Amino acid sequence: MTSAQTHTENGAQTDGKPVAHGADNGHLHKYGMVIDLDKCTGCGACMVACMSENNVPFRDDETDKLTSITWMRVYKLTNGKPYPDNDVCYLPRPCQHCEGHAGHSPCVSVCPATATDYSTETGIVSQIYTRCFGCRYCMAACPYHARYFNWWDPVWPDGMEKYLSPNVSPRMRGVVEKCNFCFQRYQLAKDKVYVDGESTVSEEAYQTACTQACPAGAITFGDLNNPEHLVHQLAQPDDHHHGHPRNPNAFRLLERLGTNTKVYYVSSREWVRRAGDNYLPDEQTGGGGH
Amino acid sequence: MSTVDEQAKVPDSPAGAETGAPPAEAADESSGSFIFLFFIIGFFAAAILGWVVFPKVLYSTQYQPIDFSHAEHVEMVDEGCESCHYLREDGSFSGVPTLAECIDCHEEINGDSEDERIFYEEYVAKDREVPWLVYSRQPDCVFFSHAAHIVGAEMECATCHGDIGESDSLKPYQENRITGYSRDIWGYNIAGFKRNTWDRMKMDDCSDCHQEAGGVAHSSSVQTQRGACFVCHK
Repeated sequence: MTSAQTHTENGAQTDGKPVAHGADNGHLHKYGMVIDLDKCTGCGACMVACMSENNVPFRDDETDKLTSITWMRVYKLTNGKPYPDNDVCYLPRPCQHCEGHAGHSPCVSVCPATATDYSTETGIVSQIYTRCFGCRYCMAACPYHARYFNWWDPVWPDGMEKYLSPNVSPRMRGVVEKCNFCFQRYQLAKDKVYVDGESTVSEEAYQTACTQACPAGAITFGDLNNPEHLVHQLAQPDDHHHGHPRNPNAFRLLERLGTNTKVYYVSSREWVRRAGDNYLPDEQTGGGGH
Repeated sequence: MSTVDEQAKVPDSPAGAETGAPPAEAADESSGSFIFLFFIIGFFAAAILGWVVFPKVLYSTQYQPIDFSHAEHVEMVDEGCESCHYLREDGSFSGVPTLAECIDCHEEINGDSEDERIFYEEYVAKDREVPWLVYSRQPDCVFFSHAAHIVGAEMECATCHGDIGESDSLKPYQENRITGYSRDIWGYNIAGFKRNTWDRMKMDDCSDCHQEAGGVAHSSSVQTQRGACFVCHK
């Protein structure tokens, strides 16, 4: 184990003790996303990249959105006004990775199988397919329709199974799946951190597939706990108010539910920010952060 | 059982017992021992079926394409296990060497062993990868990081893999016919007893160590207050 010893000697946080299982030991990440809706053109590259990265199954007929699976889904919003005031906005919707209060996100708190879980190390809401028995309680609990049920075993066209990612386990019939912020990429990035003897996963070492695929650069991904990461600077989350964005143009979907999501949206248009929650006609936009 | 009742009555009516009971008692006694005999036969039949026959039926035995000697190779290389099974620069683990890595030394036949001749003629000459059967292959949903265990926790290979590095020949590979997993995952002891850390490698065996170890990765789950699922699963 010569190389193993060399690496730990170089390791930043060893201090003579064995590294207690963590290149990232002591670092509490809160991975999150900021999506600039003014930049999004609705091209759908993020959806394609996501399906390809995560071995998401598809069917011959993908028009039935009740049965199709889209971890990342682009919604089209309009302001409902006639020409010339008509305006359109595209809103990509991954899993929002709600933190809720102390990690009790809507889906995690209802799962009877401990198949979905919130990690305080990464802030990612996980989904373990082999543990899920398909009751779909989490789907009912999720306010964002981010969870999908596998009504069939996946069938890929001949030869396409050779293109599947070996780092992502394909799902079977009868289980729920959802976006996991490309967690396999975090696992691989952590492996590299061990070998390089670094102390933590860097911003560029762990990026989701949708972030990298977006041609407009609308999606930013990183650690919301780290002020050096771009997501932190864009959203300016206020930790004393459950991560409520201090950026006046930033908002979160259905913020007043208290889901405390980690996906922030940014738009300079007021009607877009207003579309992120259900407001009474005379109510002021924003005003979450309870 | 009637035998017990009959015997209980004996002190009350010794006369009756002498006249009518003996033939009936003899018949009951023999049927009782028959029942006991059948119980014993059934017990042993079920035990043999469950403990000997079932494991044999459940696992299919396959043999490695080449009888590789780890002991012989370890003597010749400089860096022990890491000479052939190493961590790549990107943090991933090389696992079983590819044919190209074997050819680095085996461009020609070096010795006079039969297995090396087969290896050369069947694989090197034909440029075919050796279809090794991997004893330690985990199910698809498992993410195992060699980097975290070798570098991070400074564990020895033998803690999980046993003394395979000192073996002269490869043991037969047993595959579970239902799951397709290697028997080394469940372990060879069908009762589930294990003496060594490497006897089996199910999730419980991973968590044996993980529960003892501290750190964020082992208490990050909100549901269980233990290690989060997304540390070892994918």
